[in-house]
Amino acid sequence: MNQLPTNTIYPVHNFVGDMVRHHFPAAAGYANGFLTLVSLLLFVALLPVLLIWLERKVCAHFQARLGPMRVGYHGLLQSTADGLKLLFKEVLMPKGADKFVFFLAPILPASASFLVMTILPFDHHLQVADPAGGVIYILGISGLSVLGILLAGWASNNKYSLLGAMRSGAQMISFEISLALIMLLIVMVTGTASLREIVLSQQGTVLDWWIFKLPVLGLVAFMMYMISSTAEINRGPFDISEAESELTGGFATEYSGISFAMFFFAEFVNMFVSAGIATTFFLGGFLAPQIGIGAIDAAFNFIPGFIWFFCKTFLVIFLYMWFRWTFPRVRVDQLMYLEWKMLLPANIALLMVAGFFLAMGWTL
Amino acid sequence: MELLRIDNVPEGFLSGLSSDETSEEYFLNMGPQHPSTHGVLRLVLKLNGESVLDVVPHLGYVHRGIEKMVESQTYLQNIHLTDRLDYLSSHINNLGYCLAMEQALDIGVPERGEYIRVMVSELQRIQSHLLWWGVAGMDLGAITTFLYGWKEREIITDIFEELCGARLTMNFFRPGGSFADVPDTFIPRIQKVIEIMHVALDEYNTLLTGNIIFQERTRDIGILSKEKALSYGCTGPVLRASGVSYDVRRNDPYSIYDRFDFDIPIGTVGCSFDRYWIRMEEMAQSIRILEQAVKDFPGGPYRSKAQAAYSLPQGSYYSQVETARGLLGIYIIAEGGAKPYRVKFRSPSFSNLSVLREIAVGHKIADMVTILATLDFVVPEIDR
Amino acid sequence: MMETRRDGYKNIVLHSSGHYLRKVATGLISLFSGMGVTVRYFINPSRIITQQYPENRASLQMMDRFRGHVMMIHDENDQHRCTGCGICEKACPNGTISVLTTKDLTGRKVLGRYIYRLSQCSLCNLCTESCPFGAIAMARDFELAEYDRQLLTFVLNKTQGGI
Repeated sequence: MNQLPTNTIYPVHNFVGDMVRHHFPAAAGYANGFLTLVSLLLFVALLPVLLIWLERKVCAHFQARLGPMRVGYHGLLQSTADGLKLLFKEVLMPKGADKFVFFLAPILPASASFLVMTILPFDHHLQVADPAGGVIYILGISGLSVLGILLAGWASNNKYSLLGAMRSGAQMISFEISLALIMLLIVMVTGTASLREIVLSQQGTVLDWWIFKLPVLGLVAFMMYMISSTAEINRGPFDISEAESELTGGFATEYSGISFAMFFFAEFVNMFVSAGIATTFFLGGFLAPQIGIGAIDAAFNFIPGFIWFFCKTFLVIFLYMWFRWTFPRVRVDQLMYLEWKMLLPANIALLMVAGFFLAMGWTL
Repeated sequence: MELLRIDNVPEGFLSGLSSDETSEEYFLNMGPQHPSTHGVLRLVLKLNGESVLDVVPHLGYVHRGIEKMVESQTYLQNIHLTDRLDYLSSHINNLGYCLAMEQALDIGVPERGEYIRVMVSELQRIQSHLLWWGVAGMDLGAITTFLYGWKEREIITDIFEELCGARLTMNFFRPGGSFADVPDTFIPRIQKVIEIMHVALDEYNTLLTGNIIFQERTRDIGILSKEKALSYGCTGPVLRASGVSYDVRRNDPYSIYDRFDFDIPIGTVGCSFDRYWIRMEEMAQSIRILEQAVKDFPGGPYRSKAQAAYSLPQGSYYSQVETARGLLGIYIIAEGGAKPYRVKFRSPSFSNLSVLREIAVGHKIADMVTILATLDFVVPEIDR
Repeated sequence: MMETRRDGYKNIVLHSSGHYLRKVATGLISLFSGMGVTVRYFINPSRIITQQYPENRASLQMMDRFRGHVMMIHDENDQHRCTGCGICEKACPNGTISVLTTKDLTGRKVLGRYIYRLSQCSLCNLCTESCPFGAIAMARDFELAEYDRQLLTFVLNKTQGGI
């Protein structure tokens, strides 16, 4: 591994970046940065298309049916067709809605997801930025999503939407606390808040990943992270804000066309980001799993890091989908009870026990 | 649509919104088109934040005038109209009507015909409960249960399709038996259903009944006391959940139900979970009845002598049957002609729905959905 | 006094933490077993029951007693057994059938046209049951939708009855 400079923004250290630096040495900084952002934007734009198709197929196979089969081979073009349809739909605004806020609201969750995506470490040299306080950056940006949903509910001038937005807002800010405490746990055992360093601290064998490295606490922390993040992204058994069977649409009832599409896409990109964070913190990020047998380890190492990142992230995404399609919905007050009376004490207890373990030096 | 207000209080409510400035009360319309009201039912809720203060159901969206139509059709033609009351128990509705006619004309049913009636009724009960289970899970958020329940239900629907040719509006029973004998594959198919249902019920209990989220959402929700249940005239699983042991098949047996050995599950608390659990148990008991019936299925004629037309002597005749929803009463007033003077259907869903105001007050909107799901009513039966 | 209050607090803490742990344990076990049920469907594609509709038309044979629309039974010479008695017309609950009779060359009443309105038919099977000659039956088609209501009124007999 080359010694990479330790400034905050890493140069895009790969084939394309090197070519640009070679041909346009003066403008390389701007050009590379621009190319990075454009490629990330493309990725974020195409990701929901894949994820929505995956969700529909996985949902169908859980339910003993086939899912989309006609539009494209096994329905691969289905989400593209749906996206195009949403693009051409008329964008209605209800009477009495606050125009500026109504159209601002969908942009916020989408931007929040994109902003967190910029610091996810896809590979050693595939990370747009690595601020030293990466964890704090993530926690700060999550607030934007909450804001977007609350604004959507308010600006719709509709009782149902307001109800859904209020529920959703309460849910998200409650579970951010749990999320923050679990991230704090990882920062504590790793000693750093930079995402890249957190991944690199899991180098070694599979048992060096944080989910296994802390004797039992890693597993418990991972489960608590899954619960908190499922609630944070408004999914699975915690999707009260979009409970179709109760409120027919929740905060996004009055949205149609491209605005609705932005909410929809933001939800799926958020899911990917949450899964990416889970991978980074607990499952070793872009590191290949090393199990100690020389030949297999060499073969695993041959596969590039971002493939491993995507595999692990899609595994966590499969877990999210599994939760959603198995469990009934939790009621609002039971959701609050879960967070404040069950998860929060557990989180604090976990922190104390982990601190004790660290002080005693009992990590693997 | 605007709520019709009299003195600024929507119709049906006892009082309007509180005039306190800091109160969070408002009216909400769970309109006729809603994913969770089981049929076309309009509920107007008075809410305080998220708690329900009062609820008024508005009926009549599916009124088709069935009780008027039966007055202008002959007795035999009316059987196909009873299908459309509670379309999930259409065989049992037909049975009730035929029982009333047989009482009037003193027609007997041969052994084989009686066994066919019991087997078909119990299959219909299982089928209705499977649909209910799927929809209840879906209302609570576990959408997968919808697909699983209907998977098993399809097997029973295939049996009915082979038996009478239709999947929903059966029109199979006639006074004295049924219009055709069962096909040869009937008994093997029922045996297959018995096998599959044992496995399926285990799966359903693992997936939904034991799930902690489900238990939290249904235990102690919508508690209906014994006295209230009896005074409102509830029947079926709603009544049995409150601790009253009344099942028409046991207390007032019709057909040959007194020959079969089956239990009546009774609840203790009267909450949503009890109503849910009793229906799961009823499915298991129906399978027990099916096993016994399949073992003793006799040969012989399936129908006593068929007549081309029936005309009941003057008088009034009443019969009651236990549908999947509760006690269905059929009261025929005949005047000696080919068409009845009046037929009154006492639908179980109507009485079951009337307790909604009592048991929903004080709970949240999400609990309203749970209560509606476990009351298991079918709106076409209420509106007729 | 201090002893009993401390014991009281200890009991409360033990009791509530025991309750908490029990709830967590039973809850997690129930959730995991539920997940086990659904995943067994996911990994087993042979449990899929969906049939892809227009492609499987060849295998879609309805049962013998399936109640599709009414049809008149004709033999290979296009002869039917209907005599125009009109029993089915009286048996039908909603006036779907109109039996129009005519006189044949010997002056006998025979079937002229048998009009059947599919748009009104409730598929109840009473007409087929009541026919004493077995002239009509319920067909097994189910693809009966049309764009034009006039196409839903059929004349079921191919030939006039009698001589």
